Amino acid sequence: MAADALSATALGPSAPHASVPDASARRRRSRRGRLAVRYALLTAGALIVLFPMYMTVVNSLLAPALLDRQPPLLFPVHPIWDTYVRAWTMGHLGVYLRNSVIQTAIIVTGQLVTSILAAYSFVFLRYPLRRTLFIVFLSTMMIPFEVTMITNLDTIDSLGWYNSFQGLTVPFLATGFGTFLLRQAFLQIPKDLKEAAALDGYGHFRFLARVAVPLARPVVAALAVFSFLSAWNQYLWPLLVTGDNDNVRTVQIGLKALQGSQIQDLNVTLAGAVIAVAPLLILLVIFQKQLVRSLTGAVK
Amino acid sequence: MIRGVELAEAGPVRRRARRVREAGLGYLLLLPALCVFGVFVFYPFARNFKLALYQTPPYPNLPSTYVGLHQVGQVLSSSNFLESLVTTVLFVVFIVPAGLLIGLFLAVVAQRQLRGIAAYRVIFSSTVVTSVAVSALVFYSLMNPVVGLLPWLGISPHPSVLENTTWALPAVAVMAVWQFIGMSFIIMSAGLQALPEDVLEAAKVDGASTWTSFWRVTVPLLSPTLFFALVVAMIYAFQTFGQIDILIGYQNAAYEHVNVLIYNIYTTLVYEENPGRAAVMSIALFAITLVLTVLQLRILERRVHYGR
Repeated sequence: MAADALSATALGPSAPHASVPDASARRRRSRRGRLAVRYALLTAGALIVLFPMYMTVVNSLLAPALLDRQPPLLFPVHPIWDTYVRAWTMGHLGVYLRNSVIQTAIIVTGQLVTSILAAYSFVFLRYPLRRTLFIVFLSTMMIPFEVTMITNLDTIDSLGWYNSFQGLTVPFLATGFGTFLLRQAFLQIPKDLKEAAALDGYGHFRFLARVAVPLARPVVAALAVFSFLSAWNQYLWPLLVTGDNDNVRTVQIGLKALQGSQIQDLNVTLAGAVIAVAPLLILLVIFQKQLVRSLTGAVK
Repeated sequence: MIRGVELAEAGPVRRRARRVREAGLGYLLLLPALCVFGVFVFYPFARNFKLALYQTPPYPNLPSTYVGLHQVGQVLSSSNFLESLVTTVLFVVFIVPAGLLIGLFLAVVAQRQLRGIAAYRVIFSSTVVTSVAVSALVFYSLMNPVVGLLPWLGISPHPSVLENTTWALPAVAVMAVWQFIGMSFIIMSAGLQALPEDVLEAAKVDGASTWTSFWRVTVPLLSPTLFFALVVAMIYAFQTFGQIDILIGYQNAAYEHVNVLIYNIYTTLVYEENPGRAAVMSIALFAITLVLTVLQLRILERRVHYGR
């Protein structure tokens, strides 16, 4: 079964077929069978991936009295939409989502800017110690964040950045991985192009903005996606540096606070989770194709 | 004649000035990133080695005492650390192969252009946007002993799954694998799309069976992608923290059985307020990461097959 499904894939859509006439009817039938198997696999996979999220939506709409029914209700009978209002107001989700957007925007912008500048410097400029400095950048990839957080917490504290967006974002404004990715992309740009641009009177910044970055766009996009997802997903660092200040708390920490001990409020908690994931799901529906395409550039 | 002399003299001077300017610009462009790295990566990294040598006093406000390597040995041989290490390894073993295989399988099934395939692709990628807290809450309710699905499925151990010393870690792992499916699927799809079609067709023309050509042609050609996905999966597995914090938590009876290294560092630092111990463990975590990275690079050099 799996082999059948794999066959068509591994060999691509335009696999040539031999033309023996009497075999063609059988082949058509087996092809239809394979198609059915493929759809069955696709649907089974989709159900498994979607089921947890589906149950979350169902439970978020149930009245507390219906939540602990056994067997569990697989469909929201008498949905109450009020849970969403309560999650939004009780959970301060509006503020938390805003904070997450600010935090993520600062980190993504910062990482793109610092990586683009550094990668440009490594590829298009010549100076002593360039290779050594590049190795210094690479070495930061070997040091996991968890190793540095003990002292970073003290540093943030002594800078007076506890409970602030500076504290949330500044430690992440540069990335060795991003610089590395962009350097590889800039290396693909022919050197002649740089010389031709110089003859046209392009300075470094004009060349960077009008030629280098546009040519490296798939990789820039891939880096933006990666830093977006990892910034939005941050949990440990915001937990350490935001305490209980609502004005900087991100949505991840806010959701944890919404996870009450009362089982009757579980529907509100889950409504909060749905609210937090909805904007991102919409973004995914719009950008899924670009996401894979941008990664295709990076994986190669 | 006079002009020629001027040019000859001005040339090297101007060229040198330009070289100095270029070098200056080069360093200037590195400066923002270097500042961040200096303050938030290299300095704290170095300071860990100093912290590791000092023992935190049992009562606050007393000065910490220099104990040299004594504390390092003490922590590394403590059962708390060793259990944490085993838990981390188990967790990685639970998550990484399963996450990669499911992602690869879904990517292969969804690779062909069929009617409605775009919807399936969005669904398979969807867990990439379900953040740490959202996924944890989703599974917290699914695995809840009263509200969840488990009693219905006949799984109702005592104590309940999320408080059970045997079940807690696999439960977190199931959640983590589910959350990783999206990323794994996206990476694998990108890799499959980049495969050279002519080679795949040649295999078919040569009469290779579908199973053979998948394992002998597609997988080797896909190896850079598989390697990249492996690195991403390892990082993901090692960084799993929020999921454990929300799903299990420090107050839980089963907490010691999900106490992966990173969670251990956190609790040692925040609840026990013992930076010395935390620093020793974080150096151990660094050493493990370093060994893994070197191993991965070696595999990359020897095994990974780069097409074209």
